Amino acid sequence: MTINAHWEHFPHQADVGVRGIGATLEQAFEQAALALTAVITDLAIVAPAETIRLSCAAPDVELLLVDWLNVLIYEMATRNMLFSRFAVHLEGNLLTAQAWGEAIEMARHHPAVEIKGATYTELKVAQQPDRSWVAQCVVDV
Amino acid sequence: MDIARFDRKSEYEWHIRPFGNMRVPCVIFASESLLREMDAKVYEQVTNVAMLPGIVAASYAMPDAHWGYGFPIGGVAAFDAEAGGVVSAGGVGFDISCGVRTLHTGLRIEDVERVKVRLADALYHAIPAGMGSTGAIRLNATEMDAMLKGGARWAVEHGFGSEADLARIEEGGCMKGADPVQVSDQAKKRQRDEMGTLGSGNHYLEIQQVTDVYAPEIAAAFGVQQGDIVVSIHCGSRGLGHQIGTEFLKQMVIAAPGYGIGLPDRELACAPIESKLGKEYLGAMRAAINCALANRQILTHLTREVFAQVLPQARLPLLYDVSHNTCKVEEHQVDGRMKKLHVHRKGATRAFGPGHPDLPVALRDVGQPVLIGGSMGTASYILAGTEQGMQQAFGSACHGAGRAMSRHQALRNWNGRKVIDDLEGHGILIRSPSMRGVAEEAPGAYKDVSAVVDAADQAGLARKVARVRPLICIKG
Repeated sequence: MTINAHWEHFPHQADVGVRGIGATLEQAFEQAALALTAVITDLAIVAPAETIRLSCAAPDVELLLVDWLNVLIYEMATRNMLFSRFAVHLEGNLLTAQAWGEAIEMARHHPAVEIKGATYTELKVAQQPDRSWVAQCVVDV
Repeated sequence: MDIARFDRKSEYEWHIRPFGNMRVPCVIFASESLLREMDAKVYEQVTNVAMLPGIVAASYAMPDAHWGYGFPIGGVAAFDAEAGGVVSAGGVGFDISCGVRTLHTGLRIEDVERVKVRLADALYHAIPAGMGSTGAIRLNATEMDAMLKGGARWAVEHGFGSEADLARIEEGGCMKGADPVQVSDQAKKRQRDEMGTLGSGNHYLEIQQVTDVYAPEIAAAFGVQQGDIVVSIHCGSRGLGHQIGTEFLKQMVIAAPGYGIGLPDRELACAPIESKLGKEYLGAMRAAINCALANRQILTHLTREVFAQVLPQARLPLLYDVSHNTCKVEEHQVDGRMKKLHVHRKGATRAFGPGHPDLPVALRDVGQPVLIGGSMGTASYILAGTEQGMQQAFGSACHGAGRAMSRHQALRNWNGRKVIDDLEGHGILIRSPSMRGVAEEAPGAYKDVSAVVDAADQAGLARKVARVRPLICIKG
């Protein structure tokens, strides 16, 4: 059975959960990052015009997911950018990645909300019975 | 929530007896209907907090409690450093010192109605709101550290507002014990463009009218009368606070086992108050409190500049400024003795009662103003701290309406443009960079703030003083 990589949001009373699903852990992390951008704006209107390189490390794969999302939140905040394409490479608990995106334009992207941080709430990184990987947590907005 | 899981102590007070690893009971203040509507996650989170080392008396939840991170939003817990008590980055949250301040204007409704659209547009133009908006102030490294040490006092010294404002801010506008050295370069960089910005989500600047006065003698001491026009600003420590929360949460999660702390939920990440990490966090967190106070002070200055242009007869003295997400060292009575405690309030307002030495002289006889923000189209409330609240929950009260549904659900239910048009029909002007943001913050997505405030009042946590309704809302 082929696994279609995809992302979704799941509800949290005050905020929102991001979930990435993929055939590999890397794909699940990439999809979770897409879900993160989709909290802010429509992914289709974010052009993958510029690329940046990122890395982070954490003691376990769940903390690594939170770190990955937090690195992206930091880059969005300090570069004033949005990202719509990701390539993640994992080696143990070290993550290196590329993210493609463009500068935020308020009039075009109409960002719905700014994300404050990724949390450990509803945090899960695991392989499911159908062999697909899921990577999820709630983000504070 | 199943109310059979609680011992009902009074009409508005519900207890959970300690079980498992709980060190103290839990106390939830709410009406029966608010408790029934509360998410079952509140039960889980408030009992998890009761398991943390050094917790004193009880783990509390305010009437607006809802599912948060680690702590419930609306959670209050105090820790004794001498008893191995902890400080929790999760217990303070990401938006450190997020809070509300309210300014008088001396105006009446007819003054505002004449220039309402112009005022709304001028405020929207002057107040940077929403993701990606930037402030006009850039601080170099030395100035950044001075701001993090000085808070609103630093802002006043740099021409944003006046000395008189400071007495009307918790801590006199300057949180002691801030240590900018503990604030990472990343956190400072994240703040670089964000001084004097409102942020997004539930943050706002509103022009409001006082519609009801419930306690005339306290309202008189607050300088609030029926029909008055006031300005309220809700925002926090911006990127700097978010980054400090993020970084220390991770450090505390990793360090907890080394301190012998078994975390019931990783989001409750904490460290002993007396540990190196605990002290570092307190230094950084207090710097973030100062950042929030300076930010609200700068926004106040920008607001005053707009009024000077549009309604030059207005004077905008500060009524009061409260913070919601903090850990503060306070003295409280425990078993008949005064004790120094580290009080965490996560989505809860400090509500000191009459006579408290931290209150300015003009307010000391009546208690601290407690400013409760409602949702966009409904109402906000001004309450006053009580002596009973000091005894019941370390001088704490609710902080807002609390969401009734997720953003996801709100987006399905409402359209931003229609929300704005509907509110305009009710005389409320909304200005926001994002229609989707407005839909997610639709009034119907929030609980009834009146029910929350009534429960806080009836439980004795704080006394209802006045109700205000919005006229203009600048939304991030």
